[in-house]
Amino acid sequence: MARDLRLAWRHPDEIILTLAFFALVASLFPLGIGAEPQLLARIGPGVIWVGALLAAFLALPGIFAADFIDGSLEQMTLSPHPPLGWAAGKIAAHWIISGLPLTLMSPLIGLQYGLTGDTLLVEALSLALGTPILSLLGGACAALALGARGGGMLLALLALPLFVPVLIFGAGAAEAQATGLAPTPHLSLLAAALIAALVGVPAAVVAAVRISVD
Amino acid sequence: MRGPNGCGKTTLLRCVTGLTRPDAGRITWLGQPVTEDPARFRGDIAYGGHLPGLKDDLTTEENLEFSLRLRDVAVDRDAIARALVAVGLDKRRRLPARRLSAGQRRRIGLARLSLDPALLWILDEPLTALDDAGQAHFVELLDRHLARGGLALVATHHNLLPPSGKVRELRIAP
Repeated sequence: MARDLRLAWRHPDEIILTLAFFALVASLFPLGIGAEPQLLARIGPGVIWVGALLAAFLALPGIFAADFIDGSLEQMTLSPHPPLGWAAGKIAAHWIISGLPLTLMSPLIGLQYGLTGDTLLVEALSLALGTPILSLLGGACAALALGARGGGMLLALLALPLFVPVLIFGAGAAEAQATGLAPTPHLSLLAAALIAALVGVPAAVVAAVRISVD
Repeated sequence: MRGPNGCGKTTLLRCVTGLTRPDAGRITWLGQPVTEDPARFRGDIAYGGHLPGLKDDLTTEENLEFSLRLRDVAVDRDAIARALVAVGLDKRRRLPARRLSAGQRRRIGLARLSLDPALLWILDEPLTALDDAGQAHFVELLDRHLARGGLALVATHHNLLPPSGKVRELRIAP
């Protein structure tokens, strides 16, 4: 994980690109459907979630692809360290350079959409719970898609359907808050999904990496 | 291990490491199937394949440090500096690996081997891209490794005759 973070630090442009993509996608909607404040406040939570999801997806291929090509992944598979450790470390590093900055940036985008303070908070909270799930599920898919021809397209077909439930509960939480309902059921479900993903997905990532380096 | 191109040298090496699952047969290490305690076996081997496992953006020193940390080998900075001097990369230790030539990148691999206490070296064409001095240095490392009771499984087209150790040649028919 330390190595991945240091590598990311050498290339800050990738993080900035992810964030710029997020800001751009979120800014395109008002241009496309008109800038009425009521309409924007209505669609804001969903748009921010979709934008964050796509931006997180954009950063996915980077988790394993470079390590696969230069042989680092082989060396990791042969390392005496427990494989769950480095798999979890790589996914955590991916979240720190994609999900975390997206979460921190979401209130700024939310302001553009005229969301209230409470909604901004719930939106950020749902992203904080949801983006690690995206990194975990996406990591497993990225490991599976390694070495396949047209890997990017395959990755989209594998990962995006898996992201749907996360999107529904994540955007649902902020929307519930915006319409005056309690966001807690959505957030609890997200938290439960995060725990399930934390327990189950790293093992799947290890299995997928083994298949890919074979 | 010798044999013509495409006869399966690399495949055999990868099967021994566990990267590739063999269709049939068993790999045993110290009398035990490697599948029984794979973590211990992985601790005992150092693998050098066709892919260097180096990061272009990290410096020579960082690459060496990270690959040793991955192998769970604790080494201090002095040992790393000495190993880099031995392979002639001490002046390039702060250069990113992308600025190194193919032979110099191979030399990082030599430095890694010299610091790794693994019992079994599994090396695929370790002499490729190395100049005469580099090849001589590799033979010296191999010799030292054999002298302290180590074992090496090497696929190569070069004449590799370490002066001390016993060499058994495996020929693979196409």
